[in-house]
Amino acid sequence: MRHILSVLIENEAGALSRVTGLFSARGYNIDSLTVQTTEDPTLSRMTIVTHGSDDVIEQITKQLNKLIEVVKVIDLNEADHIERELMLIKVRAAGKDREELKRTADIFRGRIIDVTEKTYTIELTGTGEKLDAFIKALDATAILETVRTGASGIGRGERILKI
Amino acid sequence: MELSGAEIVSRCLAEEGVEFLFGYPGGAVLEIYDSIFKQDRFKHVLVRHEQAAVHAADAYSRSSNKVGVALVTSGPGATNALTGIATAYMDSIPLVVISGQVPSAAIGLDAFQEVDMIGCSRPIVKHNFLVKDVRELAATFKKAFHIAATGRPGPVVIDIPKDVTMARTEYSYPESVSIRSYNPPIKGHPGQIKKAAQLLADAKRPYIYVGGGAVQGGAAAQVTELVKMLNVPCTNTLMGLGALDGTDPNFVGMLGMHGTYEANLAMQYCDVLIAVGARFDDRVISVPGQFLSNPKKIVHIDIDPSSIAKRVKVDVPIVGDVKAVLTDLIAVLKEQNLKPNPDALANWWKQIDEWRKPNSLLYTPSTEVIKPQHVIETLWKVTNGEAIVTSDVGQHQMWAAQYYKFRRPKQWINSGGLGTMGFGLPAAMGAQLANPNAQVACVTGEGSIQMNIQELSTCKQYHTPVKVLSLNNRYLGMVRQWQEFFYGTRYSESYMDALPDFVKIAEAYGHVGFKVENPADVEPVLKEAFGPALKERLVFIDFRTDQTENVFPMIQNGRGLNQMDLPEHMRGMQQTPFENNRDYGNLC
Ligand SMILES: Cc1cc2nc3c(=O)[nH]c(=O)nc-3n(C[C@H](O)[C@H](O)[C@H](O)COP(=O)(O)OP(=O)(O)OC[C@H]3O[C@@H](n4cnc5c(N)ncnc54)[C@H](O)[C@@H]3O)c2cc1C
Ligand SMILES: Cc1ncc(C[n+]2csc(CCOP(=O)(O)OP(=O)(O)O)c2C)c(N)n1
Ligand SMILES: [Mg+2]
Repeated sequence: MRHILSVLIENEAGALSRVTGLFSARGYNIDSLTVQTTEDPTLSRMTIVTHGSDDVIEQITKQLNKLIEVVKVIDLNEADHIERELMLIKVRAAGKDREELKRTADIFRGRIIDVTEKTYTIELTGTGEKLDAFIKALDATAILETVRTGASGIGRGERILKI
Repeated sequence: MELSGAEIVSRCLAEEGVEFLFGYPGGAVLEIYDSIFKQDRFKHVLVRHEQAAVHAADAYSRSSNKVGVALVTSGPGATNALTGIATAYMDSIPLVVISGQVPSAAIGLDAFQEVDMIGCSRPIVKHNFLVKDVRELAATFKKAFHIAATGRPGPVVIDIPKDVTMARTEYSYPESVSIRSYNPPIKGHPGQIKKAAQLLADAKRPYIYVGGGAVQGGAAAQVTELVKMLNVPCTNTLMGLGALDGTDPNFVGMLGMHGTYEANLAMQYCDVLIAVGARFDDRVISVPGQFLSNPKKIVHIDIDPSSIAKRVKVDVPIVGDVKAVLTDLIAVLKEQNLKPNPDALANWWKQIDEWRKPNSLLYTPSTEVIKPQHVIETLWKVTNGEAIVTSDVGQHQMWAAQYYKFRRPKQWINSGGLGTMGFGLPAAMGAQLANPNAQVACVTGEGSIQMNIQELSTCKQYHTPVKVLSLNNRYLGMVRQWQEFFYGTRYSESYMDALPDFVKIAEAYGHVGFKVENPADVEPVLKEAFGPALKERLVFIDFRTDQTENVFPMIQNGRGLNQMDLPEHMRGMQQTPFENNRDYGNLC
């Protein structure tokens, strides 16, 4: 099953490679991983999307906690949570397609953030499924380039990950 | 006080009470070596290969209660140390390994003798540090020793670029350390401990399974008290040997791939299992499914949550230090006067005694050829079971584990998790330095000893009068045994041809060498080696042993604890409970 883990980790050189090294050494999957420092510059927050049986997810959580630099790990799936991913997508937008692309972007609440005579670059946020749906809605031959961040997640309501 | 980074390294080691630093110099650590030259708080031991430095530091730790420390240079010094670090990591041994690094400005430029030690060692350390600023050096040492020794112990690497050893800063050693992201547990959860006590009281066939965590955690006294108080049977893993006296009647022997018949069957057919600092290794329980096919309730005490429910799901996990948890468990049992039902327990003992009767460690003695088991039994006799025994890896290791009845923890020193050939001799050296008055024996094979034989030179220099017992079967015996069983006796590359004259080798290094071919000479030679005349000498004994002897019992890969290959006199014997007790599988 797909799980989304949030990890608070010391903002130190090499900390990220410990996490990725752990996943590859133990044969765990990383579907996506995002990381950035938090409002406290000594800490980074990672969101790791992974999948595996409950036993594997339990081991992943324990192994992450065992890393000296990891401060806290939570499995967001254990309660309500929100996740968002950002995509930048560059499409061919010439002639009669130009209007249609704009409309499609609007429907998905995408924003056009760069324009040339022949292209649009569209910014879109949402869940991974929403981004997938947007890509599907486009004519595949029109897509020039996509870049996605992978999911970031946060608990709903009063649920807070902090030290 | 302003000091150079190199001087700070020496100061920190002295502050930590380091007695011996095992190492080997090179360009990147010359500043540190200069600072060592100028101090007299600790001694440096110059090994002949960096792998041996780490093994010696490791055994120093295993045979004492201290952190072992090694120092190596950058590049090849660092990579040579890796096997030693991995060996310590797999057996959870606290070490601090200091490696030199090229100057900060040269990192990443493929500089001479540059290797990414942080990257190379990352999967085999508990933690590692690259010190980029001399002002962080002292605090890093404090943290490194703390991390190595607390929680589940393990090796920590400190990689120090040369310019950091030259830079100067104000020095003071931190008095305490606190790492917000690292707080290993000590006390176990009281509710879980109560549940464990109740399970023990309800047990019909209780069993205590004790591993390396009890040895590391200094909990032998608590293990013994629990076992004796309840009068329950107890087994040790290869790493746990000595946690309960090997001659104690409650001890049923080692379990696992080469465990005794009774220890393995008790593991399979018990109804309540208390796992104490043991990690359900594949060489112990083999296949989890088969192990669990006879239902049992499992209590698992371990300081590392990731050891629990890794291979086997348990009923009562207790995260905490073995000593603290067992102390609390014993207190609860006493307070509430809980103990297993005496009739059920007596019945269980009756069963175990029946399993014991055929003696699965029985071997056929010989007056023609030296039986390796006989050498170990004689070693036990000659040293009165009091020696510290180190070993290499192979058949000789298993015979040492099976036939030397260890009386105390930290008396048996071997590489279990990584199975590193070449461990035995440097380990003996480290153990002897930690225990100058103890008798130290290194049980090895003619294959393994050649992987670090150069350390005979270090032993000479530092006067470590260890006794090396080489069970020379002219084969990589453990490999040969597998080839005999599983590869139609095709002994591919397992014959050790062109063996040197080990007596001459020993003598060339300035030691005493004996070659023993006659079984009648085993005892007199061992007596001489351990006798007063040779007390101060390293003695190397080349025992020409039976070439084709095999280690029994044996559990083949993929088979269960009740599917052992048994020694000849027990072939075909049933591996189920005996008739009068046939209700096993369904209880619980
Ligand atoms: C040729 C060969 C054959 C082998 N055959 C066998 C065999 O027949 N039988 C056998 O048993 N082994 C055998 N082994 C060894 C095997 O590979 C494992 O190394 C060994 O079984 C592991 O022992 P252990 O479970 O005691 O765990 P260890 O590796 O000693 O681990 C200790 C456990 O205790 C925990 N711990 C540490 N400190 C504490 C503390 N203070 N409090 C609480 N918990 C703590 C740790 O977290 C860890 O989970 C063999 C090895 C070789 C090389
Ligand atoms: C460094 C290393 N290489 C290879 C092995 C695989 N191996 C395990 S036991 C063994 C044979 C050891 O031979 P010897 O030291 O003569 O001991 P014996 O089994 O004959 O007692 C080998 C090659 C190992 N454990 N370690
Ligand atoms: Mg051999």
